[in-house]
Amino acid sequence: MDLTGKTVKLHDMCLRDGMHAKRHQITTEQMVSVASALDDAGIHLIEVTHGDGLGGASINYGFPASTDEDYLQAVVPRMKNAKVSALLLPGIGTVDHLNMARDCGVHTIRVATHCTEADVSEQHISSARQLGLDTVGFLMMAHMVEPQQLLEQGKLMEAYGANCIYCTDSAGYMLPDDVSARIGTLRAGLEKDTEIGFHGHHNLAMGIANSLAAIEAGADRIDGSAAGLGAGAGNTPLEVFNAVLDRMGVKTGVDVFKLMNVAEDVVVPIMDQLIRVDRDSLIMGYAGVYSSFLLHAKRVGEKYRIPSGDILVELGKMKTIGGQEDMIEDVALNMARARRELKVAQ
Amino acid sequence: MKVNAALVGSGNIGTDLMMKALRSDWVNPVWMVGIDPDSDGLAKARQSGLKTTHAGVDALLDHIETDDVKIAFDATSAYVHPENSRKLEQRGVLVVDLTPAAIGPYCVPPVNLQEHIGRQETNVNMVSCGGQATIPLVAAVSRVQPVKYAEIVATVASKSAGPGTRKNIDEFTRTTANGIERVGGAKQGKAIIILNPAEPPMIMRDTIHCLTEDTPDEAAITGSVREMIGEVQKYVPGYRLKNGPVFDGRRVSIFMEVKGLGDYLPEYAGNLDIMTAAALRTGEMLAEEMINGTLRQAAVNA
Repeated sequence: MDLTGKTVKLHDMCLRDGMHAKRHQITTEQMVSVASALDDAGIHLIEVTHGDGLGGASINYGFPASTDEDYLQAVVPRMKNAKVSALLLPGIGTVDHLNMARDCGVHTIRVATHCTEADVSEQHISSARQLGLDTVGFLMMAHMVEPQQLLEQGKLMEAYGANCIYCTDSAGYMLPDDVSARIGTLRAGLEKDTEIGFHGHHNLAMGIANSLAAIEAGADRIDGSAAGLGAGAGNTPLEVFNAVLDRMGVKTGVDVFKLMNVAEDVVVPIMDQLIRVDRDSLIMGYAGVYSSFLLHAKRVGEKYRIPSGDILVELGKMKTIGGQEDMIEDVALNMARARRELKVAQ
Repeated sequence: MKVNAALVGSGNIGTDLMMKALRSDWVNPVWMVGIDPDSDGLAKARQSGLKTTHAGVDALLDHIETDDVKIAFDATSAYVHPENSRKLEQRGVLVVDLTPAAIGPYCVPPVNLQEHIGRQETNVNMVSCGGQATIPLVAAVSRVQPVKYAEIVATVASKSAGPGTRKNIDEFTRTTANGIERVGGAKQGKAIIILNPAEPPMIMRDTIHCLTEDTPDEAAITGSVREMIGEVQKYVPGYRLKNGPVFDGRRVSIFMEVKGLGDYLPEYAGNLDIMTAAALRTGEMLAEEMINGTLRQAAVNA
């Protein structure tokens, strides 16, 4: 693979996707310290919000340590070069949240929908564009549709005003060929000046390989997170990816050693558990389950004494999608009842 | 004796409502208004003997007196509703609003239909499908003890969410959250909606989480929830408790499924049924009042 001379924007997810792995308990002080270190290493764009985006604070997804507004107000003014992005899922957050984030000084709004539901994002994408923000359409669980269908959804977002369209592997299910096909189709079918992005999860340890395939197929932006801090087995570990890109002659503008230090010295110490391909993450990658379900399934599994892997497999069979965290407890209750009934019958 | 009614909006909701209204003892659907001449809803309305127009609400206005239209159900969109409502109310038509525009007071029949009787309201709002499916259960908890915060997650099949719903997703979350507070009785409300494209389409699911101010009285809440489910089942038989109430500290969680009657869209689209059945129930209440003479026709210029 020859990527020599290409330029790629790296977008760090520690302080948003990483919130899932921290049960949304990252403090504002930790946010400032991680973001400042990433800024110093040369990261261009840093995402900051609740793991489920603006307005994600809830019983369903978890209440965060601080509000989105507090996080953004703490981080944005401390950035020297880096810009801050915020995620928004229509159906969870609204244009009111988007306006709040703009007032806090975010540079980028990423409007995320399931890969077949782009038409719920019109209000949010057009508002972000009218506000002059860098506006990204973020198509989640993109493994669930064929490349052509993904392109049709991307075109809707482009028409609403998005200047960048993402193929998002929320379940960490894709293999490099899946990524090449989707990014290639987006690149061929979207306007020339629309950027393309890829967001990976490391559930099958494909984060790096998939992100390279994305660049080869024409991606301009790649998401990852320092030390991989993110949902499931984490995101593409950005310090590793940056080193790989450096070896391959791809320009990122990010200092290889400084980013290693951020990962090792700033991010790893705030982890509650090792971010690795454990059995449950592997199940999610193998079965195509939304990565953010991981800790919810572990907690509920413990409560009802059901193996979390069984719950995740069932959620995959039910074709649940991002946002349906409420079904995790529902599934566990059904399984617990079925097991009780089985015992009685025996 | 029945009261003549018009259906404004020929999408999923308007068409499902028409099919239910054709069976009503109090309401007689006579007009359906659309904007798309090829709409399936208008074709169904013509087959059922209704007069139709694809020229929007203005085309209906000339026929209000001759066809004695007294109630209009608006199932267009939050953006269009205010203007529709203004025109209809000016002609003395009472409006039942199925969009999340929420100009008028909220009506969730099993909770507060009685309160609307005798109020002389000219526009009543039905909150949202998710609101109709969940607010009764928030109220079932809050009538037992104070609820500090209530949150609902409504998941509907993609196929059951038409373009109006999709364009109005912010209005859905805001209006439903307000309804959770004002009608459900929670101090603070939050609403989440998910559209799931699975095939075959999934039946509507609704999860209701409440945080009570003090330790929840499990027996009283469980009893109240079961009683309320029975009330809703009177007009939506497929309203079913899947799990719960689950008690976890001060959290009370209830997991519901809403299966529709399969009138216009198949049974999975319980979100249509719960909305249209509630709206029809509200329209019937207004019709009953008119027939009994307890409600004057509320024309501004009359």
